[in-house]
Amino acid sequence: MAINIDSKIPEGPVAEKWSNYKAHQRLVNPKNKLKLDVIVVGTGLAGASAAASLGEMGFNVLNFCIQDSPRRAHSIAAQGGINAAKNYQNDGDSVYRLFYDTVKGGDYRAREANVYRLAEVSNSIIDQCVAQGVPFAREYGGTLANRSFGGAQVSRTFYAKGQTGQQLLLGAYSALSAQVNAGKVKLYTRYEMLDVVIIDGKARGIIAKNLVTGKLERFSANAVVIATGGYGNTYFLSTNAMGCNCTAAMSCYRKGAYFANPCYVQIHPTCIPVHGDKQSKLTLMSESLRNDGRIWVPKKLEDAKALQAGTKEGWEIPEEDRDYYLERRYPAFGNLVPRDVASRAAKERCDKGFGVNNTGLAVFLDFSESIQRLGIDVIRQRYGNLFDMYEEITDVNPGEKRTSKNGMDYYNPMMIFPAIHYTMGGIWVDYELQTSIPGLFAIGECNFSDHGANRLGASALMQGLADGYFVLPYTIQNYLADQSIWPRISTDAPEFAEVEKATEERIQKLMNIKGKRSVDSIHKELGHICWEYIGMGRTKEGLEKGIKLIDELRKEFDTNLFIPGSREGLNVELDKAIHLDDFITMGKLIAYDALSREESCGGHFREEHQTEEGEAKRELLLCGLLEVSGQRCYRTRAHQGASRIRSNQSTNP
Amino acid sequence: MFDHDCREGICGMCSLYINGTPHGKTERGATTCQLYMRKFNEGDVITIEPWRSAGFPVIKDCMVDRSAFDKIIQAGGYTTVRTGAPQDANAILIPKEDADEAMDCASCIGCGACVAACKNGSAMLFVSSKVSQLALLPQGRVEAARRAKAMVAKMDELGFGNCTNTRACEAVCPKCETIANIARLNREFIKAKLAD
Repeated sequence: MAINIDSKIPEGPVAEKWSNYKAHQRLVNPKNKLKLDVIVVGTGLAGASAAASLGEMGFNVLNFCIQDSPRRAHSIAAQGGINAAKNYQNDGDSVYRLFYDTVKGGDYRAREANVYRLAEVSNSIIDQCVAQGVPFAREYGGTLANRSFGGAQVSRTFYAKGQTGQQLLLGAYSALSAQVNAGKVKLYTRYEMLDVVIIDGKARGIIAKNLVTGKLERFSANAVVIATGGYGNTYFLSTNAMGCNCTAAMSCYRKGAYFANPCYVQIHPTCIPVHGDKQSKLTLMSESLRNDGRIWVPKKLEDAKALQAGTKEGWEIPEEDRDYYLERRYPAFGNLVPRDVASRAAKERCDKGFGVNNTGLAVFLDFSESIQRLGIDVIRQRYGNLFDMYEEITDVNPGEKRTSKNGMDYYNPMMIFPAIHYTMGGIWVDYELQTSIPGLFAIGECNFSDHGANRLGASALMQGLADGYFVLPYTIQNYLADQSIWPRISTDAPEFAEVEKATEERIQKLMNIKGKRSVDSIHKELGHICWEYIGMGRTKEGLEKGIKLIDELRKEFDTNLFIPGSREGLNVELDKAIHLDDFITMGKLIAYDALSREESCGGHFREEHQTEEGEAKRELLLCGLLEVSGQRCYRTRAHQGASRIRSNQSTNP
Repeated sequence: MFDHDCREGICGMCSLYINGTPHGKTERGATTCQLYMRKFNEGDVITIEPWRSAGFPVIKDCMVDRSAFDKIIQAGGYTTVRTGAPQDANAILIPKEDADEAMDCASCIGCGACVAACKNGSAMLFVSSKVSQLALLPQGRVEAARRAKAMVAKMDELGFGNCTNTRACEAVCPKCETIANIARLNREFIKAKLAD
């Protein structure tokens, strides 16, 4: 059963929709802005930029984060770069091409109007960051430098060494800090939003837990914006930080916000492989490394076996015995194929037995050729910190020459394997980034809007800042235009008491289980189930089994969880238990969505739906809001024929 | 209780004094979360403490309150530019050497190891890294004087000590910031004060 939803896409050709919207939208006059409060949950790229921009405009902003400082958000760890359609390289880039590449990279499942807008504002983001003093890499002539990322044939990515996310976040954090100093933003650090409060059908506030005192507190506002990131930690091992969770997003889902495309989970092809059982996360090796690194496995199965047994090392295998499989299978893109393609290709080789470490789940990323061509200094300048990070973790230096043969130098190759990294799915939002609950907005990774079934590298940073600096500050005014004549909502309203009571009851229930298993032990089990059954290759039987196992795990959680410590004060295990409660729900949502999607597309690969060459086989599916076994999921429509973009028609809802 | 998050040495949350050194390393350039157990031997005794400084009150066990760092940035660690339509990013050329040096200064992760290592509890390496980043870029020159004065004043107000050039901070910084930053801040500060 499909329900029609209004995405509020403006009329007109796609290239004019955003200008049309801005010309005709309602605005809040400057004096009235001073009377309005906005809650922003999260201080990553999207949250910090939104809070700063709204504060500058005059709104009173309440900005929440779970860590001790806004600068700790996991956006800080993003490495490789941010896309923009500047065409400084004169290699054929344009707003249209960035739009096209992003839609195509998303396997044609993104809402075109949103993506075009993203490409349109991308240039302003770079300008804004430079004005903030973000130290982007420069050429000798003093202009900004660019590099290439996967899924594109132009060099449009701006970067700051291998720490672009850090610098962009610190730019937004600086802007946020200026507004805190100006008294326009009030920061609530070490607070976690546990639920949204809805009054007369509109989002009017939140209940948040003070993580230090343990107390639940009420906060009211004229609008609520969540910018709380993705749900990758459902898989326990991911490139996310330990604190990353989907609790805020799940609370909105439970209150009726639609969740869209949950099964579109991005598995990043170049992460440091799993080492053992006690591992707490997987570390990302930036996609930018694929600019100069070449991915390979041995051609001969006996070489692979020797690598797995530890009797041979990667550098010992000569050039002619190396299978550069991405270059072999995809000559047009080579090593820079989109992430889903690269991840599945790695899985394919490892499934056939060509894995290069003791678990058989790793491939090589090698810099020998580029170091020889450009010199170690240039390579270190581009990726220095990434090489150091790799060496810290594995004790192997990818910049160390091991031997020379027939005029070729052989360096230590990096070992990499796909890992959960980003979630394209998220809270459904319309063109205004408003969820299906009026007054509740979602920005950044926690919404579903711009990346379709697969996100291109360097576009998450672009989306977070686009949403926060240049989209939400406009669209939220259209909603708030009425609010200035309404009184401030008191947190004494009965709805606040109700939600606070329900939240406390939920916490008490968890505290009182007093079983025998720790949060982490159950979380690890959830991670194994999810990686196995809703990972890179999904099947009908696997998904049905996964759902069954998750149901059993839910029972185990509800009856056998043990949370040490008391309800009062700091209790990190309790906070983790709340996160896990929501991860279990999320795992099931992903599995149901994957089961009902009988096709392969982007981050969702159903083994039963592949072409002869092992590529994704896309189908035209029913779209819209669906009820699947009691779970509400929103699914975007596939395009007919993957090659044309129809720009003057309302396409994806 | 101890703070931790990214496990990859970039968020700055983890903050343990291990065997008498912030982040426990004798070689430079890594955080607590990047100190692997393979660096220790069976039977070793490992002593773990929180960051110690008047500027970082203890919340519980090894968790300390570093909001003083946020307050210092709020005092001036930014360029005053509204979100809007700034000029084209290439309009002002920046020499590569300056951009690279600014990037090195900007790598500070705000962990506070510098404060913890310093016998005076000085925050000069933290403050000077941000001031240096912006001092090296043309966009930061506009408010350079105001920034140096405001951030140093805030640092003093929040209870951090003064710098006596022991270089303990530089030795433990996980991002390899150097006291060249402190020298630069001193120059900016003196220039700003002389102009008053």
